[in-house]
Amino acid sequence: MSWTIPTLMFLACAAASVPLGHWLAWSVDDASSGVRARLDRALRLVGGERALRPRDWRGYALSLLAFHAVLFTCAALVLTCQSHLPLDPDGKADMGADLAFHTAISFATNTNLQHYSGEVALSYLSQLVVVMGSQFLSAAAGLAVLAALCRGLAGRDSCGSFLRDTVRVALVVLLPLAFALALVLLACGVPMTLDGAAAATTLEGVSSTIARGPVAAVVAIKQLGTNGGGFFGANAAHPFENPGFASNLVENAAILLLPMAAVWMFGRMVASRRQAAVVFAVMSLLTLSLVGAAAVTEHAPAAALEGLPVASAPNLEGKELRFGSAAAPVWAVSTTATSNGSVDAMHDSLNPLTGLAPLAGMWLNVAFGGVGVGFVNVFLFVIVAVFVAGMMVGRTPEYLGKKVEAREMKLASLGLLCHPLLVLGGTALFAATAFGRDSVLEHGAHGFTEIVYEMSSAAANNGSGFEGLLDDTPAWNIVTGLVMLFGRFVPIVLPLAVSGWLAAKPRVAASAGTFRTDGAMFGVILAAVVIAVGALSFLPLAVLGPVAEHLAPR
Amino acid sequence: MFAELACSLRVLVASLSVCVVVYGSAVLGVACVCAPWTRQGSLLERDGVVIGSELVAQRFTRPEYVWPRPSAVDYAADASGGSNLSPAGGRLRARVAAELARLDATSARPAPAELVLASGSGLDPDLGIDAARWQAARVAQARGVPVERVLEVVDATSRALGPGSDTRLVNVLRLDLALDAAFPMPDARR
Repeated sequence: MSWTIPTLMFLACAAASVPLGHWLAWSVDDASSGVRARLDRALRLVGGERALRPRDWRGYALSLLAFHAVLFTCAALVLTCQSHLPLDPDGKADMGADLAFHTAISFATNTNLQHYSGEVALSYLSQLVVVMGSQFLSAAAGLAVLAALCRGLAGRDSCGSFLRDTVRVALVVLLPLAFALALVLLACGVPMTLDGAAAATTLEGVSSTIARGPVAAVVAIKQLGTNGGGFFGANAAHPFENPGFASNLVENAAILLLPMAAVWMFGRMVASRRQAAVVFAVMSLLTLSLVGAAAVTEHAPAAALEGLPVASAPNLEGKELRFGSAAAPVWAVSTTATSNGSVDAMHDSLNPLTGLAPLAGMWLNVAFGGVGVGFVNVFLFVIVAVFVAGMMVGRTPEYLGKKVEAREMKLASLGLLCHPLLVLGGTALFAATAFGRDSVLEHGAHGFTEIVYEMSSAAANNGSGFEGLLDDTPAWNIVTGLVMLFGRFVPIVLPLAVSGWLAAKPRVAASAGTFRTDGAMFGVILAAVVIAVGALSFLPLAVLGPVAEHLAPR
Repeated sequence: MFAELACSLRVLVASLSVCVVVYGSAVLGVACVCAPWTRQGSLLERDGVVIGSELVAQRFTRPEYVWPRPSAVDYAADASGGSNLSPAGGRLRARVAAELARLDATSARPAPAELVLASGSGLDPDLGIDAARWQAARVAQARGVPVERVLEVVDATSRALGPGSDTRLVNVLRLDLALDAAFPMPDARR
């Protein structure tokens, strides 16, 4: 197994993320010149003065919720009426109400959990407007929230304008990046056509229908914006989404790029590169540890083959050969640590212990996390970490020159508790009732893991799945729809409030007694807090699911 | 609140028209000019008939062809997917046992793992070179040629997995086309 190429990929992403983070910060900067000025003028023309007006954190949150409500409504309308709309060469049927509810929430919240199969259920218009359109805008919205948070932390009076931030990130950063990536994907052989499915007659004379479509454009932004919603059911395992070794490498790098850059965007906006570097180091360490663990466990052969006349090889069920043997563990961790959710191998068929790595990525949800919102999650952990550190040195904790007091701490704890509550509560509901029991593919510990994975993926706004689960039922659609909604907006609104409150406080001068948050010691405490909260919350699920399956007698 | 929603709607429609219409047309335009064949799905033709896509596996069951990996969706190129079975479970073991019987594998001649384990998409177009060579004896017998000549075609069709990689892969459709060209079957079998 060659590790040179994945290592180089990770290093290249880390290097590229620094200038990209500065570019992100530049795009949302209040200064308005050149392309940014032209965008502001266009935005004033379209949305009026309201679209540009700076707001406090409440106004910013309200504007964000209104925008997502409109996005959800439009997406649901297109999905439920797609057979009457253009760009439907293969005559797809309208989507049912509960599935459309789920799908529209899924794309509006940057989750991209799919309870349908793209090439079976969606017209090209739905793929382009609902899937691809939301992939641009929900990713931009995540980065806009980070911009607002940073403004609060930097002590500005206002959070800025949500619409202005979103449009600027989408058009100044995401659009050119996606276009460049789409060109690379075209060169790798990814299709891009508006013609319907191709008819073929195989060498043995059987007729076959080959689904295709405007794949390159969709896949580019899907990977960049931690979206992950596949054009095809098999997602990035499908040869048209990911034709070979090179495309796999480029797409995997694209998954990591913007979540990494968001950290440097924060550093730039609060004018402290060292703060960003500490967080970046902690996140990298968490990600790389998960990759290492997954690589070791996935190198083992599939246990089901023991004693059968099969040549010894790593577990190949659910994997494509053209990506190479290191691809699946690297991708599985990249896609779940960053909240992307696309897959290039079927996670349901990973070795039992390997399945823990993507689960852990989603449980922590901060090892880079979703674009923008990943760092917003980290911010909650940072508040808790400075609080813990403050307790140890016996001083009121401070962060970026602002005192962190009981009010902020309460809200940060609430924000952190939301995630385990959704995962554990949802899992309990489905594991205890026929909703869940009747929908699992495998029974016993593996079936339990299927339920846990689905809930974790919805709550973390990830979007990958143990796809054996029969999840297109009204119960799954409605409950995971709501879980995605809360999993997205609670951890956005609460940190915005905290940063708004911090912004209103007077800045205290650093003294010899101040606990520094830009050094290695703080990195250690932050990592410890993340792991302790994650482990304490989710360890029972890990033991009952993947660990039990691994240890079970065969 | 109404003003907020109306403003959001106008901004949404405007930004979608850029992110979907402008961006989509730009990518489509480049594809039409620079990638006219691959943009349509890398379709291969023989005697004027589209026989499939180079990137997508198709079902082969006749002995004169090299067979691809098993497919959980029966090679449905319009409904991709994997088996999603647990690699430690009894259902996968039962499926593999049936596959081993079809392949005629024995402990003296164990099957390569990829010939019994299904791909994630159900459409993996490739085999490792060993898995293709493993089938050469059957192909040679069905085509009435020495096995060495089949192996030569396998080796000539193979490619390296990635830069600097020792692993070699074979595109099964390309290989079977090459076999048909090198050792044509009597027309009755066509």
